[in-house]
Amino acid sequence: MYEIRIHSRGGQGGVTAARLLALAAFRDGKYATACPFYGAERRGAPVVSFVRIDDAPIKVYSQIRGPDMVVVLDASVMDTVDVLQGLKPGGTVFVNSEKPHAFPGFAAYNVDLTGIALAENLAIAGTPIVNTPFLGAAAKIGLVSFESAKQAIREMFQDERNVKVAEAAYREMIL
Amino acid sequence: MLTISTGNKAVAAAVKQAKPAVVAAYPITPQTEIIEQIANYVAAKEIETEYIPVESEHSAMAACIGAAVAGVRTFTATSSHGLLYMHEMLHWAAGARLPIVMANVNRSLGPGWNIWAEHTDAFSQRDTGWLQVFVGTVQEAYDATLMAFRIAEDERVILPTMVNLDGFSLSHIMQSLETVEVGDFIPPHHLTHAIDVDNPMGYGPMTGPKDYYRFRWDIERSMRDAKTVIAETEAEFASRFGRKYGPTEDYRCEDAEVVVVSMGTLGREAEVAVDILRNEGVKAGSMRLRWFRPFPDLDLKGREVVVVDRDYSFGFGGVVAASIRAKTGIECYNVIAGLGGQEVTYDDIAEFVRTRRIGEEHWFGVSE
Repeated sequence: MYEIRIHSRGGQGGVTAARLLALAAFRDGKYATACPFYGAERRGAPVVSFVRIDDAPIKVYSQIRGPDMVVVLDASVMDTVDVLQGLKPGGTVFVNSEKPHAFPGFAAYNVDLTGIALAENLAIAGTPIVNTPFLGAAAKIGLVSFESAKQAIREMFQDERNVKVAEAAYREMIL
Repeated sequence: MLTISTGNKAVAAAVKQAKPAVVAAYPITPQTEIIEQIANYVAAKEIETEYIPVESEHSAMAACIGAAVAGVRTFTATSSHGLLYMHEMLHWAAGARLPIVMANVNRSLGPGWNIWAEHTDAFSQRDTGWLQVFVGTVQEAYDATLMAFRIAEDERVILPTMVNLDGFSLSHIMQSLETVEVGDFIPPHHLTHAIDVDNPMGYGPMTGPKDYYRFRWDIERSMRDAKTVIAETEAEFASRFGRKYGPTEDYRCEDAEVVVVSMGTLGREAEVAVDILRNEGVKAGSMRLRWFRPFPDLDLKGREVVVVDRDYSFGFGGVVAASIRAKTGIECYNVIAGLGGQEVTYDDIAEFVRTRRIGEEHWFGVSE
């Protein structure tokens, strides 16, 4: 089982990112669950959501304590939250950021999802949409196939710009 | 069709296929997504359902009762305090023999204000005459909702039925969901004692001491018959759609020396705990109790039993453990865990089994 913890801020679309990723994995023929941690979330506060991907049915409902991968959709969350908590040795960290961050002992990736979204004017109430471009990055890392990533986006969104930003993230992210 | 869905949307998808004539509902977290989704179906004219937005849960159940008395299929959904606010009407629905189907998204009761999973809301309605089933997956939420209409409306039952799913941990999780072509699995609803709206007349519902108990006994007789109807319905569902259900979901129980009994999502987590314990050489099994009313006959003889209660009856004990003790005479190790969404992992459940003290009660996380 591959376990992913997504850090974001309330209103930023972290829960939708989890659902998109689970849907893409599901379209790849895997079992997947996506669950938000509903707490005292409010717009702008740090929030987490979880994705599990496996070849067998998933029976676990509790929160992910030792993720294989951590996704940070808003780098400023790292000022107040230890996003590496419980991350498995050698695990993967993805940060939505122009500049790479160093995480010794972990495989680190980054791409500027916010910039990609803004280049397409993709925002809701002024907040850039980072979850659909994230699916492109997730495909590049190999979590899901790129075809399934695009299919998942099309199943959940009408606006084709969401696919365009995923393609841009897939292209721009350096492995 | 194979897709992924939240537990809430799975319930709504099943309701859409059951085509109730009337849905009356009032929103409450974490159930709201169910009635929002049904409202979407109605607005998009995907179902021909009279959708009655009401000002309270008491009225939601009252409106369902009014419609059901006229002989049509009805549905509502609620949670926690909403369910408690319906309490009086729940007795009425069962007493008037109305096969209303309701989804209850299990949530704790305030104060302190808390929106997360717990079963005390449903158990506090256990004596109302409603059938109660508890589900553990998104797929099961869908399947059980479809079957609920068929079971409730069976002429041997004619009692309201409550489908229970854990707040957030199941209502809001996304898992795979295979929807089915229902066909004639849910036949048209016919209520023999429906009022004739074209021929209005007055009824005197006063029932004296000479007759009242007969009506009560008739409810209990139907509850007992419901066990057969449930078994038949679940068997037919399995043969038509390939998914098998029973009064309990048993996992590695055949040769188990110690069995964990739990309900809802914790029952799935418990299966992972069983695998861990088996690897340690402990002959463990998991029994997830699905039906609570009617309460099933449990095969627990000769085994040690660990009951995880996500509920509590103050001054007495865990409700599930008490029920098992009363029905089977078996003493359990009763762990009170998961109240108000308290995090309980498979490691925790495995530890409950390792440290079991039969005959005692333990509140997870509390050190005296």
